[in-house]
Amino acid sequence: MKKHKGRNRFIALCVTPAVILFTIFMIIPTLNVFRMSLFERGAYSPTEKFVGLNNFKILFQDAKFISAMQNTILLIVVVTIVTFAFALVFAGILTREKIKGQNFFRIIFYIPNILSVVVIAGIFSAIYKPENGMLNSILSMISGETVMMLWKDQPLVVISVIIAMVWQAIGYYMVMYMASMASVPQALYESAGLDGAGRISQFFQITIPLIWTNIRTTLTFFIISTINMAFLFVKAMVAKGMLEVGLSFMYNQKDAGLYGYSMAAGVVIFLFSFLLSAMVNKVTYREPLEF
Amino acid sequence: MKKFISLILACVMLLSLVAGCGSKTPGTDDNKNTTIKVAVVENGFTKTYPAMWDEITAAFEAETGIKVELQHSQNLEDEIGPAMQNGEYPDVIYLPEGRPSGLTEQFIKGNLMADISAVLDMKIPGEEAKVSDKIQPAFLETSKTMPYGDGKTYMMPMHYDPCGLFYNAGLLKAHGWELPTTWDEMWELGEKAKAEGISLFTYPTTGYFDAFLYALTYAVGGPEFFDKVTHYEDVWDTAEAKTLFGILDKLASYTNPVTPAQANDQDFTQNQQLVLDNKAIFMPNGTWVTGEMADAPRADGFEWGMTAIPAVTEGGDAYSFCWFQQAWIPAGAANVDAGEQFIAFLYSDKAADIFAKGGAIQPINGMVDKLEGEKKMFFSIYDDAKPAMGGFATYEAVAGLGTPREVFLDPMNALVSGNITMDDYINGIKTAAADMHANLK
Repeated sequence: MKKHKGRNRFIALCVTPAVILFTIFMIIPTLNVFRMSLFERGAYSPTEKFVGLNNFKILFQDAKFISAMQNTILLIVVVTIVTFAFALVFAGILTREKIKGQNFFRIIFYIPNILSVVVIAGIFSAIYKPENGMLNSILSMISGETVMMLWKDQPLVVISVIIAMVWQAIGYYMVMYMASMASVPQALYESAGLDGAGRISQFFQITIPLIWTNIRTTLTFFIISTINMAFLFVKAMVAKGMLEVGLSFMYNQKDAGLYGYSMAAGVVIFLFSFLLSAMVNKVTYREPLEF
Repeated sequence: MKKFISLILACVMLLSLVAGCGSKTPGTDDNKNTTIKVAVVENGFTKTYPAMWDEITAAFEAETGIKVELQHSQNLEDEIGPAMQNGEYPDVIYLPEGRPSGLTEQFIKGNLMADISAVLDMKIPGEEAKVSDKIQPAFLETSKTMPYGDGKTYMMPMHYDPCGLFYNAGLLKAHGWELPTTWDEMWELGEKAKAEGISLFTYPTTGYFDAFLYALTYAVGGPEFFDKVTHYEDVWDTAEAKTLFGILDKLASYTNPVTPAQANDQDFTQNQQLVLDNKAIFMPNGTWVTGEMADAPRADGFEWGMTAIPAVTEGGDAYSFCWFQQAWIPAGAANVDAGEQFIAFLYSDKAADIFAKGGAIQPINGMVDKLEGEKKMFFSIYDDAKPAMGGFATYEAVAGLGTPREVFLDPMNALVSGNITMDDYINGIKTAAADMHANLK
């Protein structure tokens, strides 16, 4: 009994610093965001005026906010699907197939993830350069005439951002899936092979179901991180006002001196990401398979 | 023994009490005990001469005895912003309007600046002259120093710089093309250049259009029209506005088509490179561009040229926007008086000479005569062109209302790439300007 008490005390002691820090740096600021969204104030003015839900009322009529959220959703959907498809396929190939230089590829794919967004923006500005940029040069070589695609102008700019985001994210998720794929017993594949299942049906019938829990968890991560990453990429790569996402809209409002209004946008984005994660979690639920 | 120790402790306590009293008695010289916090943004000038502000503060300390705590950074907003939200304000801030985070604008909108009209009547520390005797009068009459138009000065004009159209003088010479002085000549040149495969125009980012648009507005309709436009009055269907929009529309069609794709903070130097590579002739810019592109490769025979925004009609006025930095004092600052002395000192000959080492020119009478070389060429733009000053008026922060940049400048990208028409552009301005006008301060 006494031992038990000591253990509890030890656990409490270990957890306390984290709880305190989390409260100070996460919970209180988050609550503050909710509070400030009900006020009208500038970032530096000491006075504030309570306006109730007025900020939200204007927000939902603000065409700029709506189009920013549309862009956010577009990026979340497309980037998630493409990234996950590529990450799974690459992970499958690198774990299941005998390829020379497996580790080499693993590192190559992972590198974008450790680069800062500014560096990535630099790399892609060389790729997307209209005159003698990498992409246009390759296209010119293939087509045999000078191609002058303006990748960072409307309407292609969304695609350019998507490509950069996918490129950045694939490696990280690939490595995660490789780890869980490696723990799928070899015997399952062998017996499936004996039953006449090809590589592709093995991938869909064995690999995917067995790592499903992992995919679900990473999906939630990814949706939340895409909301943040979309903002960073847009900020670093795209001309001001050409492509807005939810968080860049929020920042613009802050810079225009509308702190309360930008916090209202923050609240909506917060709830949106929360709900989306919950929905994804619910929709993708399957009975976990044991092996 | 114990008694002895407690006796000593008691003595120490007494002494410290006395010492505490001592420090409270006011010093004979007030300045000796004052420390002011000065926050300055690092810009092209400090890049040229990094010791600039240290020398200024040292000279000020020597002159007045007031101590200065100097804080300087490229991202000044990020460093002083959080502390200011907490109520700790620097005593003097050197940060202009027009920065992406709009800190100065927010202080204007929030009525958070101290009224420093008194500085104009102050004697410059170490000199006999008053501040207002030395500053060129034109600099004290715009919304950039009197943001509320009530005759009270809230910001002091600092280091000024002409903005205009930069071009390759060598290219014009090689083709025997004349420098256009009116917009009609501009379009003629545009056609000639088109035949050679050269675009008439490019711009680094839409942000560079502000100075251009201001000067163009002056050129089209003079100071009166400029005043109406920057106060968002309903002038959008007048003949002047039609001329203005017509020029913008035509200019968009003569702009190098790759420009919008590179008009972001990452690639804007690529647009400037277009001028160096003879792929575009003119770009709106500031004098810092020669330093910024100093190491960039360039076409043979390249030579920087700078010209004002051409006149609309033959014999009309050409304008060059005169851009200047601003120094101000937050209303919440602890030492407003000492801060005002510091600002007054910035107009002393001593300070002006230190600033000039970095190419930063104070708007003091006779300063231009001291200039040399490239700098002299830039400032001589005002020999022929009139200076345009001022900017968009401040309006109350209202949710859903964009910034002037979003409404007036950013759509240029879409106009050049053909995603919107000039009518869309004008309609956007009309809708937003009506709201802005209604909320004017």
